[in-house]
Amino acid sequence: MNSVAAKFGWLVLAVFGAFCLGIIALDRGEPINAIWLVAATVSVFFIGYRFYARFIAEKALALDASRATPAVLRNDGLDYVPTDRWVVFGHHFAAIAGAGPLVGPVLAAQMGYLPGTLWILVGVILAGAVQDFMILFLSVRRDGRSLGEMVRSELGATAGVIAMIGVLMIMFIILAVLALVVVKALAISPWGTFTVAMTIPIALFMGLYLRFLRPGKVLEVSLIGLVLLLLAIWLGGKVAGDPAWAPLFTYDGKALAWMLIAYGFCASVLPVWLLLAPRDYLSTFLKIGTVVLLAIGILLAMPDLQMPALTKFIDGSGPVFSGSLFPFLFITIACGAVSGWHSLIASGTTPKLLANEKDARLIGYGAMLVEAFVAIMALIAACVLQPGVYFAMNAPAALIGTTVDSAALAIGQWGFAITPDVLAQTAKDIGETTILSRTGGAPTLAVGMAQILHGIFTGDGMMAFWYHYAILFEALFILTTVDAGTRVGRFMIQELAGLAVPALKRTESWAANLIATALCVGCWGWFLYQGVVDPLGGINTLWPLFGIANQMLAAIALTLACVCLIKMKRDRYLWIPLLPATWLIVCTLTAGWQKVFGGDIKVSFVAHAQKFSAALDAEQILAPAKTLDEMRRIVRNDYVDAALALVFMLLVVAMIGFGLRAAFAARRNAKPTARETPHVALAGVQP
Amino acid sequence: MMTRLRDLVSKLWRRSVRIARQIIGVPDYDTYIAHLRAHHPERALPTYREFFDARQEARYKGGGGRCC
Repeated sequence: MNSVAAKFGWLVLAVFGAFCLGIIALDRGEPINAIWLVAATVSVFFIGYRFYARFIAEKALALDASRATPAVLRNDGLDYVPTDRWVVFGHHFAAIAGAGPLVGPVLAAQMGYLPGTLWILVGVILAGAVQDFMILFLSVRRDGRSLGEMVRSELGATAGVIAMIGVLMIMFIILAVLALVVVKALAISPWGTFTVAMTIPIALFMGLYLRFLRPGKVLEVSLIGLVLLLLAIWLGGKVAGDPAWAPLFTYDGKALAWMLIAYGFCASVLPVWLLLAPRDYLSTFLKIGTVVLLAIGILLAMPDLQMPALTKFIDGSGPVFSGSLFPFLFITIACGAVSGWHSLIASGTTPKLLANEKDARLIGYGAMLVEAFVAIMALIAACVLQPGVYFAMNAPAALIGTTVDSAALAIGQWGFAITPDVLAQTAKDIGETTILSRTGGAPTLAVGMAQILHGIFTGDGMMAFWYHYAILFEALFILTTVDAGTRVGRFMIQELAGLAVPALKRTESWAANLIATALCVGCWGWFLYQGVVDPLGGINTLWPLFGIANQMLAAIALTLACVCLIKMKRDRYLWIPLLPATWLIVCTLTAGWQKVFGGDIKVSFVAHAQKFSAALDAEQILAPAKTLDEMRRIVRNDYVDAALALVFMLLVVAMIGFGLRAAFAARRNAKPTARETPHVALAGVQP
Repeated sequence: MMTRLRDLVSKLWRRSVRIARQIIGVPDYDTYIAHLRAHHPERALPTYREFFDARQEARYKGGGGRCC
């Protein structure tokens, strides 16, 4: 009886989910309510988790509840600890959730809400969550080893080194593009700049408090920090309104980029307890809290989606990012649908905490579904804006000019009617001087969030408060990623450089530290600065590179999963990782090819460079460059970006080669060859 | 009835605190002390402060850590 009722319940959920999707897909003309999107998403995720994830867990991977996990076998009370599965879930989700799933969907909204929604739903069920789940499983079966180590042992030493270089390059691009998002959000915004700057003294205070006043009282100090942050937002409004103070916090992109570079350098050589750790605590709690707040906001405010289901920009002519729906939508929304970076987390601290192998489904697959839900909320926040406002915020100045009149005119010609007054009023509502060309996704998300939250917590000036709250929340955890990432990058550089010069490997040496940190900051700083001065806004160039890099890493991780399934002699389930791996390889290689060898100057770096160098030879100046020097810089940057895209493609191709070699070798062998740690019965281990 | 409710609330609270600490990379101190007592009785037990400082230092020693 119970099982019949359960089956009936799932059937009802399936029909309900299909109904919601039908509403989303078929209702045209009138704006649809965001609730349909939320309901469809939740239904799809429950069904995916109940059926597909269970199928993978029981059939493909055959999770073994009686097998001792690394946490049980090597229990040291610190790194390896058998931990309650909901605690591990929280840990894992906090580690995978970042700015990626908030920014990508906002950019993808230029094609309408439908393509992004469908890709997030299908992508996470068949690709993203599968990757996280499988890599977590593989790592748990291998003593909690990292992705790089697993690639080395299953695919060979050369493949391991290639994967490591790939990870380092992705890191630079991620740090650069995230820092660029912050720069774009804070440029010429004294309110935003002030509040974000205040996080530094607040964090220093928290660090000292934790070290000397009340050692280890993390939750208490985080609460104090939160109150101080909210005060800083309020004070920021006063600062921005004050003619004497406002100029002290008003900077253009270039100045902010240099500040961020200097800050990244300092923050990553200071002791962690002073600045990095306390800010990390604050940003982590704020991140989780804000995600919950946004979910409640959407459920209570039930906003209508103003963006059409599909816009004409699916043809690739969009102002936010160039390139047609295939492959660029699948590159733009990386995190949220499938993110290669997660494979590093799933093979990092998480596998060392699992008390039982069976928990891998909830933690690997389940946490990724929640991240996809965050991505859907970001998409909703972007789509509740009037399309005219959305495009005014996300199109570069080169296309819409710098006044509300020119912007309204240009956007009207694209078919999205908007009056200059609305653009001016929106800026005024959020306490900023302008909303034009605030690219990078963060400001758009902030306006969307402010609009949603303002629907619940209304009041005079609250819209501006919520806008700056949202900016602060994004900037805070992006900056934490930048500090922590610079530190990790430094260790990786020291490890790689240590192969050549052993003295550089000594992490306690100040000279080696400073050199490696400077190298790391220099690498991402170069891309950041190039993005800031890029006349097309930078995001246009860097985000696709980031997407290609991230999806490439996912392709590598899924290739590893394929090889391991073959080595385990589970070939009949090979399609589970092979399907998403193939899709990602096709997407990254097509996108990379168009970026390097394509003929469309809006998409291809090389075609763009050739056009500009031809003009340079004729001593002509092409817009948006204003001098011959700028022309030369554009050409040089184009070639660097093209080279990077090419390297990413070569990395993927090399990994496919190593994967095929290992797969065929495994198939020739009649016995399973996966290098798992030997089976130890859970029941036999002393607790 | 009331005691059961109180037990439930305190259990939920303890779990929330553990989740909150685990999220920022501070594992359970009591678990570690219990582990030391059971397996390494010869070692000196760290104070919470020493434990916390050591964990904080360990968390940022490379190794990925967080996502984009």
